[in-house]
Amino acid sequence: MAKSHKPVVWFPFAAGGTVIAFCIPVIVLLTFLAALGHVPAGLSYEKLHAFAAGGIGKLVLFGVIALSAWSSAHRLRCTCYDFGLRADTLVATVLYVAAIVGSIAAALFLLRI
Amino acid sequence: MTPLKERLVQLEVLRYNPDTDTEAHFQRYEVMCQEEWVVLDALNKIKADIDPTLNYRWSCHMAVCGSCGMMINGEPKLSCHAFLRSYEGVIRVEPLAHFPIERDLVTAPDDFMEKLKRVKPYVIPKEEKPISEGEYKQTPAQLMKFRQYSMCINCMLCYAACPQYGLTPSFIGPAALTLAHRYNLDSRDGGRKERMEVVATKEGVWECTFVGACSEVCPAHVDPASALQQLKIVGSIDWIVEHLIPGGKS
Repeated sequence: MAKSHKPVVWFPFAAGGTVIAFCIPVIVLLTFLAALGHVPAGLSYEKLHAFAAGGIGKLVLFGVIALSAWSSAHRLRCTCYDFGLRADTLVATVLYVAAIVGSIAAALFLLRI
Repeated sequence: MTPLKERLVQLEVLRYNPDTDTEAHFQRYEVMCQEEWVVLDALNKIKADIDPTLNYRWSCHMAVCGSCGMMINGEPKLSCHAFLRSYEGVIRVEPLAHFPIERDLVTAPDDFMEKLKRVKPYVIPKEEKPISEGEYKQTPAQLMKFRQYSMCINCMLCYAACPQYGLTPSFIGPAALTLAHRYNLDSRDGGRKERMEVVATKEGVWECTFVGACSEVCPAHVDPASALQQLKIVGSIDWIVEHLIPGGKS
């Protein structure tokens, strides 16, 4: 049997998993704090807007969003497989397209800031 | 000395005789057991006193040989390591999941044995040398790199726990892949390339979706799930070298 080309999708999944593990809990916490009206001084709307307006800020935000989307899509694909949903090509196509569309949308929104 | 506590234990055991049965069925046994006994002791008591026709494998009774794996209340366990005091009510005992039943609790391990051979689970020396030149030496640090993965007792509990193996029987599976990794990590070994031809395939490590059940049930604390994730990293780096670096494909 020939070697698999799975690393193409697995590497961004692994990178996204690491990003999710580090960033998402912090983002959830900060969102909760913001919702309750406790925004830390360094993370005010103006400061974050200025961060997203800069080139490096755009790149960081795009990296976090795109990798997280890709990782979640791949994880969901694996979960479907685990539960016996064996239409893997269809599931993979739908989920990866969703991740790619989400990433493109994120890029477009970031470029408009 | 206080007398040992006894308890009446009910076991529901899957029975199948290929000569007379068209399908497997459960048989209920009631057996007086001592409080500190394991499920294997209860089965031995049944075989000795109640029903000598009951079939099951066992050997060491000390979680070393890996022969007595069974599903106990739906969980893959070594029956010599499953204490009766951990269970209440009727204890359901079935043969290891995902393997064909040969008779009663005895399963046919042929599929696992064939896969084990395919990953070449032995040292393939980097360079052959005559015996007169002595041993292939290794430092304690080099040993520690793979020691954990060498503790596998081939009990196949990880195969019974793995949903991927249940759904895709061609999957090489946790124990065989872990042993491939164990030899890949061995400083005396030069067989990584040959093994990766089998390991880095769809049927190999890429069928694994990291459910992690293998590591939960492993009685030898091998943690096959970690070995498989490490193999995925190795396989991915190989893929990059082979496809993206000019001259990388040898």
